[in-house]
Amino acid sequence: MLNELVIEAGKTERHYWADLWRYRELFFFLSWRDILVRYKQTVIGVLWAVLRPVLTMVVFTVVFGKLAKMPSEGLPYPVFVYAAMLPWQFFSSALAEASNSLISNANMISKIYFPRLVIPASAVIVCFVDFLISAVILVGLLAWYHVTPNARLFMLPLFTLLAFLASFGISLWLAALNVKYRDFRYLIPFIVQFGLYASPVGFGNAVVRAKCAELTNGDLLYRLYSLNPMVGVIDGFRWALGSNVPFDIVSLFTSLAVTALLLFSGVKYFRATEKAFADII
Amino acid sequence: MSDYAIKVESLGKKYLLQHQATGGRYATFRDVLAEKAKALFGKRKTENGSQKSVEEFWALKDVSFEVKPGEVVGIIGRNGAGKSTLLKLLSRITEPTTGQIRLRGRVASLLEVGTGFHPELTGRENIFLNGAVLGMHRSEIKKRFGEIVDFAEVEKFLDTPVKRYSSGMYMRLAFAVAAHLEPEILIVDEVLAVGDAQFQKKCLGKMQAVSQGGRTILFVSHNMNAVQSLCSKSIVLKQGKIEYWGTVSEGLSKYSANVGMKAIVTYEAETPAKPFARIHQLEIRADGQPVTEPLKPGTTLVLNFRLHSDLALAQPKLTVGITNTKGERIFAVGTPFGPQPLQPLKGHATVGIHFTLPAIPPGIYQLDVGFYDQHVGTLQEIYAAGSIEVAEVNYLAMISSGTPDLGHILVRSGWTIH
Repeated sequence: MLNELVIEAGKTERHYWADLWRYRELFFFLSWRDILVRYKQTVIGVLWAVLRPVLTMVVFTVVFGKLAKMPSEGLPYPVFVYAAMLPWQFFSSALAEASNSLISNANMISKIYFPRLVIPASAVIVCFVDFLISAVILVGLLAWYHVTPNARLFMLPLFTLLAFLASFGISLWLAALNVKYRDFRYLIPFIVQFGLYASPVGFGNAVVRAKCAELTNGDLLYRLYSLNPMVGVIDGFRWALGSNVPFDIVSLFTSLAVTALLLFSGVKYFRATEKAFADII
Repeated sequence: MSDYAIKVESLGKKYLLQHQATGGRYATFRDVLAEKAKALFGKRKTENGSQKSVEEFWALKDVSFEVKPGEVVGIIGRNGAGKSTLLKLLSRITEPTTGQIRLRGRVASLLEVGTGFHPELTGRENIFLNGAVLGMHRSEIKKRFGEIVDFAEVEKFLDTPVKRYSSGMYMRLAFAVAAHLEPEILIVDEVLAVGDAQFQKKCLGKMQAVSQGGRTILFVSHNMNAVQSLCSKSIVLKQGKIEYWGTVSEGLSKYSANVGMKAIVTYEAETPAKPFARIHQLEIRADGQPVTEPLKPGTTLVLNFRLHSDLALAQPKLTVGITNTKGERIFAVGTPFGPQPLQPLKGHATVGIHFTLPAIPPGIYQLDVGFYDQHVGTLQEIYAAGSIEVAEVNYLAMISSGTPDLGHILVRSGWTIH
């Protein structure tokens, strides 16, 4: 007996997750396509994935480390910055790529059925590949500065997962919103630029917390600040590489909670709006 | 339980059309926020007093039909009759507003060839990518890779990025991948409208082979010959509703009776290119009478256009292209082809274009109308503004099946033997 597919108004989601699984090959091919195409017709190719975080790291080391003489939590300043640069670069490029992904694949969306979730997911995966490539530089930096990480290093994949989920959750929101409201096309570069300073990338989180402690209601301000899920991720990355600042469990749990909320609501919003994508894109 | 491959019950799709004097295509977030804020304060009207009017538009309404396994169904209808919407609903691209669709078996839809092709990737890479987009598994694509390449005739260019392909090669490759899909239900939209004549023939042949393989096919086309040669059933759509559902010959005649030979066609629903001038109506008269039956070559045809322009048009032009069902322009008539140009126009006017119908093969021809002014440019263009059906000339009866393609004009010929 052939399996029967029933399409009804408002009931398309019944096979949603099964469908997503059936379309895993498309997901694989789309990611593969974007990875292949990403550095086509560039001279230095995949080096771009490495060059951007490295150059930013150099600038931040000079500005925050040498000029402003910020503390680096017991790590060499370049390692300290790069450990934050790595997840931040992934997060920001995932946001930028995924939010435009549906629009740049508008043609496919209006001509073919597939679970639309595949598109932003593959955009995030492509950025994740860049992340893995630029992680090689971190290994090099550790060797160069003779930093030997301890057993905390084994926690790094968990923080990477957290960064991945946070990026994916926000990306779902932005991708779906961008289909309907093209304002987000202009908003996202701004979020990314602004976020670089709202996250402890060039400087340590300890500095922010110390400053907050001096203020009245500073603790509340600090908690608001750590609603940014990248605060917990970056702290985690530095901690895993052996920073001397005690682990802030509250900040981590805030990040976890915010990420879970973003992911859950992102999937929900995406699924609620995806049925209309073909009509409005 | 009855035996069906596709069952559609009271299917409907509603679109909301927003009419607003200003504003672009996309809603901006600001608009929505403003609307929400206004709703909150109970003030519905926008500042200048104009109100956004939302009009409901049913692209499809109350459509029900059933397709048996192995049937090849042609869906025909004029532009805007709802064919594309129906295909989009069947292929799950958009969601229906009402009703239900039941599909038995694996469905593949081909609303466009080459969806997902990436110009930077090579032919080989694109075959895999496009296969995945169309829902094929990697193992299936691997198995049929050789066949696909043979069909597309691109073996020499497999490792060249498709952006360097000629458009013919591109189309061939794209169709080849799609043609080697093996779904139980195939939904096809006008893919044959592209490519050269030889390739179209090849595609038709492939489709025929596929349909004989017991697959269920839904096929939308303006190419009546293709529908006739491929399909076993037809569905005629008109303004979002099913007008006829049954045999192909009956469907085609319903289509041509309705669409083909209308003595008077009005265009109030069309949007002209310039707001100040438009064509209101076309009346077709043959030998002084409103058209009713297929026309014989040699008939004097008069096309009376009722039109108006608020601005004075110094050098207006009105042209009509006569196009066959394959989309080939057969000939054109119009005011520039007469002894003197059309006089300046302002306000309402009726312009009649008259000509003698040349000897062309029997069939339906559509009229593509253009209204221009030398200075202003295009005022209005209406494709398939009307159609005429040309009757068989007596001597064609001498020609039985198996004769060569008739071509575009009929030339009576005799013979001698020595």
